[in-house]
Amino acid sequence: MANRLQNLSRRRFLAAGLAGGAGLTLGLTLPAVAKMGEAGPGLAGRDAAASALSPNAFVRIGSDDRVTVVAKHLEMGQGSHTGLATLLADELDARWSQVEVVAAPADVERYNNLLWGPSQGTGGSTAIANAFEQMRRAGAAARAMLVAAAAARWQVAADTLTVRDGVVSDPASGRRASFGELAEAAAALPVPDDVTLKKPGQFRLIGHDVPRKDIAAKTDGSALFTQDVERPGMLVAVVAHPPRFGAKLRGFDDSAARRVPGVHGAVQIPSGVAVLAAHTWAALKGRDALSVDWDDSAAMQTGSAELFADYAQRLERSGAVARNDGDADTALAGSDAVLSTDYRFPFLAHAAMEPMNCVIERHADGSVELWYGAQIQTIDHAVVAEVLGVEPGQVRINTLFAGGSFGRRANPASDYVREAAEILKATAGNAPIKLVWSREDDTRAGWYRPAYMHRIEAVLGDDGMPRAWRNRIVGQSIVAGTAFEGALVKDGVDVTSVEGAANLPYAIPNLRVELHTTDLAVPIQWWRAVGSTHTAFATETFVDRLARAAGADPVDYRRRLLKDHPRHLGVLDLAVAQSRWGQPLAEGRARGVAVHESFNSFVAMVAEVTVNADNRFSVDRVDVAVDCGIAVNPDIVRAQMEGGLGFGLCAVLGSAITIDNGAAVEANFDTYRVLRAAQMPDVRVHIVLSAAAPTGVGEPATPVIGPAVANALSSLTGKVYAQLPIRAA
Amino acid sequence: MLTLTVNGVDHEVDAPPDMPLLWVLRDLIGLKGTKYGCGIAQCGACTVLLGGTAQRSCVLPVSAVVGQAITTIEGADSAPARAVRDAWQELAVPQCGYCQSGQILAATDLLTRNASPSDAEIADHMTGNICRCCTYARIKRAVRRAADNLA
Ligand code: FES
Ligand code: FES
Repeated sequence: MANRLQNLSRRRFLAAGLAGGAGLTLGLTLPAVAKMGEAGPGLAGRDAAASALSPNAFVRIGSDDRVTVVAKHLEMGQGSHTGLATLLADELDARWSQVEVVAAPADVERYNNLLWGPSQGTGGSTAIANAFEQMRRAGAAARAMLVAAAAARWQVAADTLTVRDGVVSDPASGRRASFGELAEAAAALPVPDDVTLKKPGQFRLIGHDVPRKDIAAKTDGSALFTQDVERPGMLVAVVAHPPRFGAKLRGFDDSAARRVPGVHGAVQIPSGVAVLAAHTWAALKGRDALSVDWDDSAAMQTGSAELFADYAQRLERSGAVARNDGDADTALAGSDAVLSTDYRFPFLAHAAMEPMNCVIERHADGSVELWYGAQIQTIDHAVVAEVLGVEPGQVRINTLFAGGSFGRRANPASDYVREAAEILKATAGNAPIKLVWSREDDTRAGWYRPAYMHRIEAVLGDDGMPRAWRNRIVGQSIVAGTAFEGALVKDGVDVTSVEGAANLPYAIPNLRVELHTTDLAVPIQWWRAVGSTHTAFATETFVDRLARAAGADPVDYRRRLLKDHPRHLGVLDLAVAQSRWGQPLAEGRARGVAVHESFNSFVAMVAEVTVNADNRFSVDRVDVAVDCGIAVNPDIVRAQMEGGLGFGLCAVLGSAITIDNGAAVEANFDTYRVLRAAQMPDVRVHIVLSAAAPTGVGEPATPVIGPAVANALSSLTGKVYAQLPIRAA
Repeated sequence: MLTLTVNGVDHEVDAPPDMPLLWVLRDLIGLKGTKYGCGIAQCGACTVLLGGTAQRSCVLPVSAVVGQAITTIEGADSAPARAVRDAWQELAVPQCGYCQSGQILAATDLLTRNASPSDAEIADHMTGNICRCCTYARIKRAVRRAADNLA
């Protein structure tokens, strides 16, 4: 999600929700969202029993000396659980081995994303950024209570005591007490309003490579994902969806499906026909045996070819203005040496390793409980309550590990969660339902990174530096019709369509960015790094092209254009220094550079590529420099740089969704090509030392690899790479 | 009724003969560590060891594996499997974790048959297993680490 969200005040966000489309009733339902019980439904029963001290919503300390951190953000691989626990445990001065993490329940009162206003959710690389102070304050408050309890017990002044590794000590007398021994007494004391936080130099866990909390469970098969949830009497649901976007169900015959052993029946829901069975295989077989009549009268009839032809036409006309410095139009019109490139980016599926799924159950008292990798709990919560006609306070969401998401589980329409609720509603009984999507369902459902086209035109001054730059962008709006529209569409410009282009950091006197927003039946959504996934590629390859036209080194050229952007320069210089930039390479090899800011973090990369005789190419080595403020867990920062650039490399080397006659052509990994081990470069991550508040790391690497690779290829072949994926050099 | 030997334990299952082993393990026997990712032998999330060799359980009819020793992530404790798991933990390979049962069993299969693979052999062998979190850099390093620790 867009980094602009963090600039919203609480009031503005609420107004945005109220102004949102009919499908989203965020503003209307929020006041009714009930506060959950103190322990919350997401916490294990053990927790409530063994917790002696629970001074706030984020930490429980048991007499058994266990420290339980309550993580308000989804753990989908990005390390949020470990990061949040690190923040709290550092201020608490806990022993890392005594800390465990549980997922918070859905409760917008206590667990909202502080950068999103009254909404609980994970995205926009905000988890650590928004919780940096909150989690530390929560830990510091608990620490102060434990210290106060020890001081009372030993009849000494609190400020004479020290805390280290989960033990409070009195240096004068040598007395010691563990957190567990003090927890009960501490619980009787008042929770301090004001606490003093550590200075960066005092951190013991923050900035150090503490081990992730989820690794053991993720190496022995015990980590629980939605797909693994079993409930007594549960049925598995598999849904036949219309093949074409916009099609409707006319009718269906499930008589053959019902003959499949294990199939209980089929029900009609707004999104298709759900087959219910005792287990997944039976449900899949049952769906195969369904005979469904789709009404294609309102279905999309066109595809990617028609779409790009239309987008190319729009590139000829000026669009809504996202930025206008000086007068680029006049400068371009008056030049006969305009450099111009038209770029084309396909739809992309998230293709999380765990296809979408959701478990939902209605309890005897009418309340509803869900288990899944929830990413925007507050919207999902309201949608489930609306579909099932229950009070929001009767809906409980248990957030489980997600087998990846890359934005997909933060669906602005709660698509798969709504579908699960609709199935529960359509079935008369009270059997719990596990909605399971096959890989094909997941790939063909839409909710893609939109297809875009860009045209960038520029003229150079006598000094070879760009005098004018105009960037036209064409594509669907991700936030239109969602709860985010009011906040993120300004003067007809969806900021997520132009982020990375409208805030181009380069010093260009005449700079204009325009947007054409299109409307299609293909549902679209944010995809890891959102707007920067296309804007970084277009702008960073075009800058390289200008450098070549000016006969300049692409690094020197950027340095001259980035004089007022020290953090861009910092990562650029670091990546370049570490990459042996300028040193000769073997025949057929070259380096390319790119630098980009997204989600308030700065990333530069130098990629080394090899082009073979048959024009195939490999990416061999990547040096990554990142400035994300304080690196709360440097090893997780490195992991997110590695994985983030790998994810971006998928779109460079092979991934594309093609729409033909209203339906996605690609359905599984045989045609939707993703990065594989042999294609992964050797990655070296270099972190800028910083004392600034932390910013995101989940997304910022993803957009930078594409232009770095394309620039390396261009320097070898002299070609312009203006379409992704790049199938041959 | 079919009898399957999984992790050294016999299980009686009532499954149609064409039901893939993946779904028998997950939904009938209750061993959830083996994952579904594609169902068409493309991703390796469903990897199990059959008599010590890695196989895609999503395309393996249950009737074909009766009488064979099936090992899933829950029961993988050979010396190579332990070395692989240790290396995975030391290098913090998993991100979301969903693919990692398959990755660990694929690596175990490699090291069982080839105790000192080259970097190219590691990359080539592991390329059958997709990781959408793209933890490949660490996967390759961890297989190397496990091989070195076994040597
Ligand atoms: S689920 Fe078997 S290979 Fe993908
Ligand atoms: S760790 Fe997420 S798919 Fe591999």
